[in-house]
Amino acid sequence: MAGGIWVYAENQNGKFKKVTFEMLGAGRQLADQLGEELCAVVIGHGVGELAATLGEYGADKVYVVDSPELARYTTDGYMLALSKLAREHQPAVIFLGYTVQGRDLAAHVAQRLGTGLCTDCTGVNIEDGQIVFTRPIYAGKAFVEAVFAEARPVMATIRPNALPAAEFQPGRKAQVIESSATFGAGDIRQVVREIVCQASGRPELTEADIIVSGGRGMKSAENFKILEELADVLGAAVGASRAAVDAGYVPHSMQVGQTGKTVSPQLYIACGISGAIQHLAGMSSSKVIVAINKDPEANIFKVADYGIVGDLFEIVPLLTQEFKKLLGKK
Amino acid sequence: MKIVVLAKQTFDTEAKITLDSQEKINREGVNLIMNPYDEFAVEEALRVKEKHGGKVTVVSLGEAKAQDILRQALAMGADKAVHIVVDELEETDEYTTATILAKALSGIEYDLILAGWRAIDDGSAQVAGRVAEILGLPMVNMVIKLEVETGKAVASREIEGGYEVLEVPLPAVVTAQKGLNEPRYPTMKGIMQAKKKPMQKLTLADLSLATQEVAPKVRARKYFLPTPRVQGKIITGEPAEAAATLVRLLREEAKVI
Repeated sequence: MAGGIWVYAENQNGKFKKVTFEMLGAGRQLADQLGEELCAVVIGHGVGELAATLGEYGADKVYVVDSPELARYTTDGYMLALSKLAREHQPAVIFLGYTVQGRDLAAHVAQRLGTGLCTDCTGVNIEDGQIVFTRPIYAGKAFVEAVFAEARPVMATIRPNALPAAEFQPGRKAQVIESSATFGAGDIRQVVREIVCQASGRPELTEADIIVSGGRGMKSAENFKILEELADVLGAAVGASRAAVDAGYVPHSMQVGQTGKTVSPQLYIACGISGAIQHLAGMSSSKVIVAINKDPEANIFKVADYGIVGDLFEIVPLLTQEFKKLLGKK
Repeated sequence: MKIVVLAKQTFDTEAKITLDSQEKINREGVNLIMNPYDEFAVEEALRVKEKHGGKVTVVSLGEAKAQDILRQALAMGADKAVHIVVDELEETDEYTTATILAKALSGIEYDLILAGWRAIDDGSAQVAGRVAEILGLPMVNMVIKLEVETGKAVASREIEGGYEVLEVPLPAVVTAQKGLNEPRYPTMKGIMQAKKKPMQKLTLADLSLATQEVAPKVRARKYFLPTPRVQGKIITGEPAEAAATLVRLLREEAKVI
């Protein structure tokens, strides 16, 4: 038996990213099928107490690397910590989230360990004794199934919202293994000068269950307020099409599409979005798509499960009212 | 300041994807462009050069047509292009690409390496990181603002819910995120000048690399297209009525609320 199926448990301000639990779900199945242990890795400072949660989500073993130098994420610090741990314990598989941090870390660790990396995977299966990863390419316009021939560990980043989360089993315990990390001068070359959070209180686009998105039809930055009101009733994130970003209505961090974020929410509400192929590429894996547009010929209606042909400035506030009624909010 | 930009030729963002008779991605008739994120990298390199002086070299690994994007970079103002042609490789992955690029870079002087944070085709976002790792350079990913000073760079990078400002010593690898700048269009004069600029061609043999040294770690075994979505219901009626119907259907039929 090799050194287990590993999940990098990304945490921010004492909370795990949702994709951590989704990776533990997929990891549990692999571990059971391959007769491996499911292990989670937590890196940071003062993060020891987070380990218990990972046991409750199915981890058999939790490696904790705790050091003051790891209080903030840096590519060098986390890369050194994770690759050292992997060299010591020789995992069969390492999963990370396809998040800002996960993909940065994964590329460096994969190269350090001289192995391959499948990125942004939406499926993990075992066929003929091999792990087969499914991942979208061309922003979801096509898919590829990929396998690792001999390279080990098998490394992959997993798209948030793509796989079901592990079952929560209160009180279930994992074996916790504390691991050290010591750094020499010059080991960590990125110096964090400042972190600026523009927290809106809304969920991340890539993690959100519901997204309310606006396009060129929004006509101005101010008009996005009506989408925000709807989003706040639904606990949704607010996104935008490239046209709305290029017109300067909203920042690029809100862009959904081939040159923006790829999203897979349960519900995507597209307002004033025509449905350019570059936008559809980023959101067509949404479970349910709603389109509101004045133009009955708009492409977005061809992919929408539900459409309303009409003026979004009239429809969206009405929707907000209806959802408030339904959800019992004032 | 000697700056190297890594650039990739990709399908146009509007391209429709189909499979060919071998069930691989069909490249016939597809409009090819410079990966949009690499265009930000080229633009940033030119801005750094304009401010600090120096030289910009653009490097691309790809088939014969990839020289089009190198010509584009030269026309924008880059000084030199290096085209690595690896027609003999049947299969590649990011390990392959990074190994070859890093080998090519070891023959070039640089203070700064710029690249797009990901390519819009495979979306893998790992080649620049791997190159940094092979060359032993610090890296800053997804940069939306870059200031280069003597011996160091200060970069703002996008993180979830905001951004962070990092300082790294040079030489370093920096990847560009949309928002970093607005890429310029090549001028007619630039296009004419580009024809006289050097375009070096390199092969695996020139880089003293054997095919087995760059064998991929990950192999594609099957490509497929997504099941097309079918058009659903158009909800008609007065706006208030339509809104109420939609909310009811989302709860009762789609069960997503």
